[in-house]
Amino acid sequence: MFDMILLYDYVMIAQKAGLIGVIFAITLGVAAYSTYGERKIAAFLQDRLGPSNAGPWGILQPLADGVKMFTKEDFIPNQSNRWLYILAPGAFIFVALMTSAVIPWGTTLTLGGLNLDLQVTNINIGILYIMGFVSLGVYGIMLGGWASNNKYSLYGAIRASSQMISYELAMGLSLIAVIMLSGSLSLRTIVEQQTGFGWNVLYQPLGFIIFLVCALAECNRAPFDMAECETELIGGYHTEYSAMKLGFFLFAEYINMFISCTVISCLYFGGYNFPGVDPGWLGGLMGPIVLFAKIFFFIFVFMWIRWTLPRFRYDQLMHLGWKSLIPLAVLNMLLTGAGVLLWGK
Amino acid sequence: MQLTQRSKQVVNKQMTFTERIYLPAILKGMFTTLKHFFRRSNTISYPKQKREFAPVYRGWHVLKRDAQGRENCTACGLCAVACPAEAITMEAAERQKGEENLYREEKYAAVYEINMLRCIFCGLCEEACPKEAIFLTDRIVPSDYVRQEFIFGKDMLVEGVEPEKRIDVTKRQRHIQEKKQRETI
Repeated sequence: MFDMILLYDYVMIAQKAGLIGVIFAITLGVAAYSTYGERKIAAFLQDRLGPSNAGPWGILQPLADGVKMFTKEDFIPNQSNRWLYILAPGAFIFVALMTSAVIPWGTTLTLGGLNLDLQVTNINIGILYIMGFVSLGVYGIMLGGWASNNKYSLYGAIRASSQMISYELAMGLSLIAVIMLSGSLSLRTIVEQQTGFGWNVLYQPLGFIIFLVCALAECNRAPFDMAECETELIGGYHTEYSAMKLGFFLFAEYINMFISCTVISCLYFGGYNFPGVDPGWLGGLMGPIVLFAKIFFFIFVFMWIRWTLPRFRYDQLMHLGWKSLIPLAVLNMLLTGAGVLLWGK
Repeated sequence: MQLTQRSKQVVNKQMTFTERIYLPAILKGMFTTLKHFFRRSNTISYPKQKREFAPVYRGWHVLKRDAQGRENCTACGLCAVACPAEAITMEAAERQKGEENLYREEKYAAVYEINMLRCIFCGLCEEACPKEAIFLTDRIVPSDYVRQEFIFGKDMLVEGVEPEKRIDVTKRQRHIQEKKQRETI
């Protein structure tokens, strides 16, 4: 078996390992600063100042929060299922971090004669891989809620899992329309086809709205934060969690939001493409810059929505998912199919 | 039969199509929050940044000194008499030779205590004072755990001799004068 590994190209393995490390660090950094951004944006939307004491404008707040999370008492409830209780946050954050592997962050990066492919792996079913891992995210929540042995946690977990399963259907159906347009499941191909102003959102406005709503529901964010519901369920599935285990859950939710925004940018807004801007500029750095600008814009939109809209009621949530979004997604799929059949792409 | 003017007819109105798709209402709400995003915050970061108090504010008392740094108070006891909460006690003493730079007149308060838990911050002491010796300032009385700590002696009440330790009461002084004028008219 080790002979097999030796056959591989060492340079490529080193490159990929480096890229994985960088993406890992960036993902965690963005997730950490999303907490800061969330609080700042919430404050500004409510005419407040937000965190302002830790460092200039409070930019060291995520560090302070991290230190707090690490130094808090790590509590395990007496009646909990101990191993599952410890496993759940790890499973949740693992699943959240895995999805970034197939995102095309840019074309190629030229570093001193070296050409770096800015995608960890270009598997030809990239988007299916993401959908698969996103649906595995339910396990972290369900295990956490069930292992805590607390009725509120269980309620939160049940709500979260039923909500995520319901909205994955509409999400998948709206995705099919995009795949019909591009004719490929590879994220790289989907992005490469949207050069200039050929963004998918122009051909798929309805599909984009359905996908955005479903992405909000998948991330368990307001107005679909049924899984947490501070007012009814205390904290939902992570009621019994404390210290860094709670931190893992909260962190994983922000990572999920980051990945959702990335996927939305790639599928509907051309990924690293921008009209008049070549992603190969600055030795290939222009692509990631453009992509991150789009991602940050969508993260802002997600937060803006959270601090504007009140929470849906549970029956309204199910009504919207099953009776509105799924029929609309099917309609969108049929229209796209007819369009592709009549006019080509 | 209508019993009150406040009764309301209940209508179970069905939502119209535009209301049912939520989106117009959502966009309107998001526009509202976006307007607030660019609005200036009214927050004052309190311990770092302090808002100016109005002259009517009555807080922690100060026992004033005159321009030469001599205590104004002559321990006449009028403030203690005026005090409705009986919070003020004092012991008078006679000024000795060589103490002329400490006390303005021949008599002074050797002990002057205000029980801050009894005090109702009415300001009658400063109105009663004939020597302009006691004033209520815009300083907030600090909190403590022990009742005994709230009996403020001269160490907590008399202002310092140095210019930077003086406590400015001109605003309050003017306010009291205006009030007295209004009352005499």
